[in-house]
Amino acid sequence: MSRIFLMLIRRDLLLARKQGGGSLLSITFFVLVVSLFPLGVGPAPETLERIAAGTIWVAALLSVLLSLDRMFQADLEDGSLDQLALLPLPLSLVVLAKTIAHWLTTGLPLTLAAPLLGLLMQLSPDAYGALIAAMLLGTPILSLIGAIGAALTVGVRRGGVLLTLIVTPLYIPVLIFGVSAAEAAAQGFSYSAHMLFLSAILSGAIVIAPIAAAWALKLALD
Amino acid sequence: MVDAPVLHGRNLAALRGERLIFAGIGFALERGGLLKLTGRNGAGKSTLIRMIAGLVAPFTGSLLWNGAEVGLDREGFLADLIYAGHQDGLKTALTATENLDLFARLRGTSDRDAVAALESFGIAELADLPVRYMSAGQRRRVSLARLRMTPARLWLLDEPLTALDVGAITQLGRVVDAHRNAGGMVIAATHADLPGEAGDVLEIVPPADADMDDGMEDAW
Repeated sequence: MSRIFLMLIRRDLLLARKQGGGSLLSITFFVLVVSLFPLGVGPAPETLERIAAGTIWVAALLSVLLSLDRMFQADLEDGSLDQLALLPLPLSLVVLAKTIAHWLTTGLPLTLAAPLLGLLMQLSPDAYGALIAAMLLGTPILSLIGAIGAALTVGVRRGGVLLTLIVTPLYIPVLIFGVSAAEAAAQGFSYSAHMLFLSAILSGAIVIAPIAAAWALKLALD
Repeated sequence: MVDAPVLHGRNLAALRGERLIFAGIGFALERGGLLKLTGRNGAGKSTLIRMIAGLVAPFTGSLLWNGAEVGLDREGFLADLIYAGHQDGLKTALTATENLDLFARLRGTSDRDAVAALESFGIAELADLPVRYMSAGQRRRVSLARLRMTPARLWLLDEPLTALDVGAITQLGRVVDAHRNAGGMVIAATHADLPGEAGDVLEIVPPADADMDDGMEDAW
């Protein structure tokens, strides 16, 4: 069972590599959006420092949103979703494997790119640790919640907008705790409370999101 | 025990929205058996196949595998089943061999030779060609070659002859016969005749009250 699970993650990574697009697109979008801010609000370091963490988080959130709609749709269109649903593995674990692959191809690269953008945005040196730690905990939540939205809208034509409307409100807690962790760190406070909150949300989402998304997918297949 | 049906469907009915598609469908499939589903377009052949696979929940009725309700050991049942649907379920960015290997590995088998499987459908020379560059018939053959990639005993084929040429249809007949001689079972929804040894035929007819509904709509 765990062999099939790992194979499924490898499958999605292989497809992401062969089909290209998805991962690179999110990263490019992320970098582009953040780099608009110094141009838009001016290069004054104190202004940029004030909005750095928020900007990076909002841009990361939008990049993840951008990548969500293909999460299950490509598989539905070519009939692979039927085959995935018929694996001798509960559908919720299939969803979890696909979500992990999604995080590895979007959330993780975004997290790795964030420090560079921190430099661009004059992020306070004390805030880097908090930003990266919060993104490591927060971006998997974005993928997990996104999986529910992607599964709910999988059969909907041009479901991307609907998906954004469903998912964005659910991303707000991650955004709040993620940004305030970096701000607390910048002001020299401890940010462990924020980390604990993010960990709690992550633990809940790991359990609930795959089950909820699997139910939604079953409706789409029926 | 040898004569007991391995797959047994009892009183199956399908509901789509508010419409009853079929009702009271029953069948028994023994080792080496072939069940051909016929019926007019929209009669519910695909629905019945998807229902047997568990993709569609039955409205009434039950499905027994080796005498036990399928739901009791769903994973064991799925490990013994291959569903070849309308859609090919192939990844166009991958080659034929990659698609087949992926299919087998996801089901926990890796000892089958993909090229040999393709050979039995006469397309061994396309083994390393990305599926994107293949014609509909060639994709269909790759999709059917998956049948040879796992030891699953129950094959569910939904319109398997679509897009196939005469040669490929004969090859499919041979593969199906070999599978049945080895004790495998096949359920196929098809209008045309499947070559090879004959099997049972189940015609799906619309339930009587559904016809009445149609009549009433006409009257209105």
